[in-house]
Parts: sequence; C-alpha cells; structure tokens
Amino acid sequence: MTGQNGTPLLSVQGAKTYYGKIIALKGVDVDVHKGEIVTLIGANGAGKSTLMMTICGNPRAREGRIFFEGRDITEMPTHEIARLRIAQSPEGRRIFPRMTVLENLQMGAALDKLAHFDEDVERMFTLFPRLKERIGQRGGTLSGGEQQMLAIARALMARPKLLMLDEPSLGLAPLIVKQIFDVIGELNRTEGLTVFLVEQNAYHALKLAHRGYVLVNGVVTMSGTGKELLQKPEIRAAYLEGGAH
Amino acid sequence: MSETLTLSRGAPLSWETNPVLQVEHVFMRFGGLIAVNDLSFSVGRGDITALIGPNGAGKTTVFNCITGFYKPTQGMLRLQHAAGSTFLLERMPDFRISAKAKVARTFQNIRLFSGMTVLENLLVAQHNTLMVASGMTVLGVLGLPGYRNAEKRAIEKAKYWLEKTGLTLRADDPAGDLPYGAQRRLEIARAMCTEPELLCLDEPAAGLNPRESAELNALLLGIRETEKTSILLIEHDMSVVMEISDHVIVLEYGTKIADGTPTEVRNDPRVIAAYLGVDDEEIDLVEETLDEITEGTAT
Amino acid sequence: MAEATVKKHGPDLSAAVKDALLSGLIALGLFGPLVGLRTEQNIRNELVVQGRWGLLASVIAVIIVGRFLLLTLVWPAMAARKERVTPAEAPSPVRQTLSRWFAPASLIFLFLYPAIVVSLLGFQGSLKWVDNFGIQILIYVMLGWGLNIVVGLAGLLDLGYVAFYAVGAYSYALLSTHFGFSFWILLPMAGIFAALWGIMLGFPVLRLRGDYLAIVTLAFGEIIRLVLINWRDLTNGSSGISSIPKITLFGIKFDASPTGFAKMMDLPVSSAYYKIFLYYLILLLALLTAFVTIRLRKLPVGRAWEALREDEIACRSLGINTTNTKLTAFALGAMFAGFAGSFFAARQGFVSPESFTFMESAIIVAIVVLGGMGSMVGVALAAVAMIGGTELLRELAFLKTIFGDNFNPDQFRMLIFGLAMVGIMIWKPRGFVSSRQPTIFLAEKKAIAGTLVKEGHG
Repeated sequence: MTGQNGTPLLSVQGAKTYYGKIIALKGVDVDVHKGEIVTLIGANGAGKSTLMMTICGNPRAREGRIFFEGRDITEMPTHEIARLRIAQSPEGRRIFPRMTVLENLQMGAALDKLAHFDEDVERMFTLFPRLKERIGQRGGTLSGGEQQMLAIARALMARPKLLMLDEPSLGLAPLIVKQIFDVIGELNRTEGLTVFLVEQNAYHALKLAHRGYVLVNGVVTMSGTGKELLQKPEIRAAYLEGGAH
Repeated sequence: MSETLTLSRGAPLSWETNPVLQVEHVFMRFGGLIAVNDLSFSVGRGDITALIGPNGAGKTTVFNCITGFYKPTQGMLRLQHAAGSTFLLERMPDFRISAKAKVARTFQNIRLFSGMTVLENLLVAQHNTLMVASGMTVLGVLGLPGYRNAEKRAIEKAKYWLEKTGLTLRADDPAGDLPYGAQRRLEIARAMCTEPELLCLDEPAAGLNPRESAELNALLLGIRETEKTSILLIEHDMSVVMEISDHVIVLEYGTKIADGTPTEVRNDPRVIAAYLGVDDEEIDLVEETLDEITEGTAT
Repeated sequence: MAEATVKKHGPDLSAAVKDALLSGLIALGLFGPLVGLRTEQNIRNELVVQGRWGLLASVIAVIIVGRFLLLTLVWPAMAARKERVTPAEAPSPVRQTLSRWFAPASLIFLFLYPAIVVSLLGFQGSLKWVDNFGIQILIYVMLGWGLNIVVGLAGLLDLGYVAFYAVGAYSYALLSTHFGFSFWILLPMAGIFAALWGIMLGFPVLRLRGDYLAIVTLAFGEIIRLVLINWRDLTNGSSGISSIPKITLFGIKFDASPTGFAKMMDLPVSSAYYKIFLYYLILLLALLTAFVTIRLRKLPVGRAWEALREDEIACRSLGINTTNTKLTAFALGAMFAGFAGSFFAARQGFVSPESFTFMESAIIVAIVVLGGMGSMVGVALAAVAMIGGTELLRELAFLKTIFGDNFNPDQFRMLIFGLAMVGIMIWKPRGFVSSRQPTIFLAEKKAIAGTLVKEGHG
C-alpha cells in the first residue's frame, strides 16, 4: 500500500449520476491511491457499474467532481479520459465482435501505436492461453467466458495507470477466476498496477483488495481494508453467505 | 473415464433408465473448428442436470443444438415426453422445439423484452395457447368471450409464476427496469410459462451474489418438486451446481470428460485439473482460519 | 466545488469570441464560392463572374453572431436547465389530463371539422380546407398508421411502403375503368391484393435484417413503379389512367344529374358535398385502421410483433413462428395501404406512377419516426405537422412582400422540413410520443419510457 497519504490517483468526490430523472449515484466519495487494489462491492442495482461508467464520463456526473492525478476529468470526453490511461473492462464485455482476437488486442494497444505490442501480446497469451488458441477467430464467435478474458486482456494491453474491471469473474470457470485474481494480484505486486475492481464475488474481491467500499442504493455505506470488511458480520450476512444458511 | 465410472457402479443410473433427453454422438463444426466432438449424454427425467466445463468447452453450443438455434453437423438428440411421445430435435426448427417438443431456455446474456412489462413478457411466452384461443386473431379482433377467458387463464398462470419468483409487485414495470437478479428470475418465469418438459438454463447464477444464488437454488428445487420439470443447466457457480444437481456432466474441448453425481465429479482428478483447480473452498477455509488466528494473536 | 460549478456554466467570453471568429472563417471558406460569387451571361453570351460581397458579409456576420450567442447564452442556459431537473418528477396533473383527453377531443373535432369549416367559410370556401387539408392529411394519417404496424410495432424498416399504396390505387383504377366494378367492391379487393403483394414481398426478404431489409424493400418499391411505367398496355405508362369513376353513396352520384345527391336532397349544386363525403369516408377508413391496430396490440399476434421488435431470438425460444409473425405484420400494413390507395385513386380520378415515388415512402417513414414509433397519437400528430405544414406553406403568400416577388415558399419546403426534422430529432430524439403504453396491466398502468423500448433491427 503506497502513497496512502499523498494525492490519490483517482478521487471521486460527491458524484451524483442520473439516468434521465432517476438518480443512480447519490453523492459517492471514493479514493484510489497509486499501487492499490480497491474493490467496490454491493448488491445488484446498487450503482457499482454506474460509478465505473461515471468515472469514464458516460454518463457524466451531474454534480460532484472526479480527479485523476489531480486533474479534473469530470467534464472530459470519454476518449480523452481513456488517453490518460484509464483502461476499463466494462460490463457486458463490449469486445469488437467482427474483429479477430488479435485485432481486438491491437485496439487495446492503440494508444502506444503498438510500440510494445509483441511483448504485451505474448504476456496476454501466457495469462490466457485460451486466447492464443483463438487468435484468428472473430470476437463474436468466442464463448461468453472467452470474451470476458479478451475484454480483460484488451484493457491490460493499454498498459493502464488505472485498470478498472467490472465483474471480471462473470461467467468464468472457477479455475480461470482464480487465475485472473492471481494475475491481478501479481501485476499489482510486481508492477504496481493500480486496480479498481467491481465484483459480485465479494469474498474473492475483498481478499485480494487492499481496501474496499460497500455501495448500497447509490451511497457508500462502509469502507475499510479488505480484511476489516471481511470480518464485519453485516457484510458477511449480506454479501458472503447464501441467504438463510 | 466416464465409461469406467458408469460401469463401476452396481445400481442402474436414473438418467439412463428414464431419460428425458438423450444426446447421441453429436458433432458440431464451425468451418474448421470442432466445437462439439462426438458428445453423448442423457438427462434424467425430473433431475437437475448440470453441464460444466472450462470456458469455450462447447457448453452453450450444446444448448444451442438442443434448442434448435444450431443444427448439429451430425448426431441425434432425442427428447421423450412423460406421456410417451418422442421428438428428434435435430430435425426441428427452433420455434417448433419450444412449441411442440416443449423445451424452454434462458440465455447467458439475458434476453428479455425490455420495453414490455413483466406481465407482457409472461403473456408473450403463452403465445401459442393464446393464438389458438383468439381463433388465429380473427375471433379476438371481434372481441368474442372465448378469447377473454383464455386471456384470464393466461394471466392467472403469469400471476402464479410472478408469485413464485417474487415479482408480483413489479408486474406492471418494464422488464428492462428490473435489477439484474430479478431479470434472471423473470427469464426463468417466462420460460416456465411455456410449460416445458425440459428447462435449459444458461448460467442462471452469473452475476448473482451469494444470497441471490441461494434464492435461485430454492426456486429451481421448487420447480423440480412441484412442476416435475427436468432441468439442464450450465453454471460456473459451484455453490449452485454442487448443492442442487443430481447429475453433473463435464465437457472439455467439446468432449465429455466426466459424468456422474456431484460427489463423483468433484473428486475426479481430471475435472479438478481442467476445471475446478485445487478444491477452492478447502483452501479458502484453511486460509480463513489462519487469518483469524493471526488476527487473534495480533490483538 | 461551488467555484467549479460556476466555472462550468459561466460563459467564457474570450473563448467564445475566438470560437465565433473561427466559425466565421470556416463560413468564409464555405460560402465564399457558393454565395459570394455568381456567374451571369452578358449580352454577348459570355460568362461573367460577379461578386456578391454584401450578401456574403451578411451571411458570415449572421454565423459569427449566432455562434457567439449559442456559446454564451443558449448552451449555458440549456445546461443550467438540465441541471435543474429534479429527480423522479411525476408528470404534472394538467399534462396527465391533457394526454387522457387528447384523443377523444381530437376525434370529436375531426367529426365536426367539415361543419366548422363550412359554417365559417361557406360551401365554396370550405373546399380547400376539407380537401387539401382534411382529406390529404387523413390519407397520410392512415398510411402512417398502416406503416406503424410494420415499422413501429414489428420493428421492420420498410422503405418501399408506397408500393402497396400503388397496388391499391391501380387495382381500383384498372378494375373500375375496365370492368365498371363499384368502389365498395373494389375497396376490400384492393386491400386483399395489396396484402398478397405484401406476403409475396415478405417471403424472400424477411430473412434479411436491418439495413439489408430496408434496401430490398426500397428496391421493391422502385420495381413496382418501373413496372407501372413500362407496362404500357396495361397501365398506360407514365401518362397514367384517367377518368376513374367517382365513389357513390349507395348508388347516389355526386353530380349535377337529376339523380345526383344535390338534386335529391334539394340542395344547390356544389362540389363541396362530394369532398365532405370523401372526408368522412377517409376518416372512417383511418379510424378502422386505428381500431384494428389497437385491438391487435392486445391480442397475441400484436404482442408477438412487439416482442419481435424487442428480441427476435427470445421470441423463437418461446415457440413463436417469427416468419409468420413478420408476414402478418407485412400483410396487414400492406392491406391498409391498399385501402388508402384505392381511396386515393377514386378521389383523384387519375393515377400515374408519379404519385408513387420513393419520396412518398420516405415521407411516410418520416411520419412514423417523427411521431414516435408505435404511438398512434404521435403518428397522427406527425402527419398533421408534415402534410399540414406542406399545405400551409402554399398559403404563405404574404412572405412575398418580405422576400420579394421571386420568393416561392413552396420551393423552400424541403429545406424548411429538413431543418424542422433535425430540430425535432434533437429536441425529441424518439419522436413526439416516445413512451409506450403497456397492452395489459395487473394493478396500475404505467407508461414505459422510450429509452427502454427497442427500435427493432429488421
């Protein structure tokens, strides 16, 4: 955990986001420091994905500010936000269905004009050998889980300063989920990759993360280190255990 | 492997003595790619059967073959109703598989009619019954009572499923407005409104939190109990698969690598290597206790 | 944070000036050759270039000032308004009552319309208002409602809808001139013919989706028109078919003969009676379209259309035969176009391929899109705006006093419409009425926001 006391890499201050007239985020404060893994947990519909999308400027926060490296990005167009090296593996995967796996990865690396492309692609194929088998296949013909891997790999290809993952474990086999969490932890430890993670799989996420936030109905109700949150009985009851066990 | 597993057991397997669906030597090729490779398995009547395997193993492709969205390159899919009639699914177009053979399905990325209300979604599912009642529309336009009664019955059935899935209060809301977990439940309710003999669920627990997964388990067990519908599901959430299924089939690279009861499958070394990894929960449990111990000593 | 908010919306004057000047520069490049230079032939038949610098300067000035005002006043005001929108605001009671009573009130108005016009302007003066406005608009309302089944409900983009209108018109024109059948026999026949053509077109093209479907239907519309032009033996080519019999009211003709309507009723001879009769006829035909559509929406077939628009794959998984469902939508839509077509032929007394160009299809599609896909009220409003607006432009003779005698507002019709459509699509991107009314409800009927409703993809 580095830089806890300096300016945070990403700082969301009082963000309020609306869909039409419906309020989705009711003033959310979240900080992500450089080198941290921060996770956001919460029930379906709590606004987790909305917060992630708001950081990318789509939809825009109607109130509040969002800072990245001290710079106000609240009003910045989405593509310019991406140029600041905030990479996202969004909800619903959003890979390019008519482009091949390799072309999808090239799109991810477009910011660097493919400078370290070969090296990075090799790394992705080591992480996801499955993608190497599918290298020439069109994205749309991949299975759901493979598309998920591709979305994560594409985000990593941008060599992001901040990696935002929206439910990376969705639709993935247990073995792959484990690998992905291992990889995220590994990249964080060795390269200081900063990660903002939204997860339904709260147990894994909190174990991996340095810090976590709990979002309920568009409001942050709790925050703390991953370990602290894991121990809280209300969290265990709401997000970790299956109902009436 | 599966052969030895089957042979080693004394008692006959329920899914082989009374199958609702028999998949026999099915191949599915896309160009040069073989997605399903000589796959055979049986789904027992009244069972909850899980189809698991690594990503890209061909699970959804098998579903698409069963529900007619793909025509298998080769092989046979035989569906047998409790009443005795038999259907060869590989020869039927998709909508007839649902209408006649009574196979219903849900989708990995939810496909609801998002601009229609929850109730409308459930009525669309009863299209064929209502279409007959409306005299192929003609009598319905004239507003004859026969259709109105049929519609009342359809609404009653929809209410029954709304009740079961806990969506009664949202009946008049657009389906696209429901939270994710509720959308998953609505998709199941909609499929059940077609009165299926076999219900195929593609990752019903994906994106659900543990509590919602537990509710899903209860719903599916209830369906098996009261409706006697056979269920075939694809799922990665082992808390669902291991807790509710009677029979687990494991695919890898389009072929079957294991087939048996949940206990048999979870201890199968090939399944562990290809799919589960080292037993997840065990390690977690150990780590957790370790954590607690260290926490305890620290304070 | 407050500071930031102010900064966000406060106009930055120097930037605005810079931006406006830049726009002026671009405008100079663009309009310099287009507006600033004009070629004319002199007496010796030579082309001479004349500068119109005054005009160019005024155009550029307008652009600079306009851009500056947009940047400093209009856009900040719009942003501020957006900011002020309070969450979960329920529609005001006034608006609710208005929307509830709008349809019945306008229905009553439509039935009283000829009487109102006649009482204000007399029989002779009413002609223009009943014919050019009333009948003309109602024909398009009916066409819009018919196409609404295909585009708005089933989500199939049909750019050749006018073909079925043509089939209906020519059915009536040919069968009545050659065999002397009456309108009342030919009206249903024209509808059936058009529906059959709809099915014939439907079979091959319904496998196509989205853009491809649109292009093939467009081609179909053109094929019908070209056949009408070139099959001279049957259709008399581009000269068209004339002296098509008029419609009779149970055998009573609307003419000056002793058995005609005027004489029988002991009224002074006037062509207005026929027009008023035609008005009520098309009104009833349009209402029939509306009635059938409203009924069908609540029947399984109508729900299947809408489900098809929302998600075709899910439909198939529920046992719905999507091919048949699409065909019924196509056939029904075509049938109403056929009705409208035979009415059109009888009203004009003359048909030619001129009336069935792609432009007509485009206008009908524009009416449906502008109205809000799937909404009956919206489509009717859009037809009034589009067709009534066109007719109204002919009435604006006073503009000549402002723009000079050479100004013909009719020529600017398309320009004005283009601008109006762009404006409306910015202001209401999903048409006049964007919300969808559910066809059935358990406890409470709630309109569904347009953002959730899909537009279909072919």
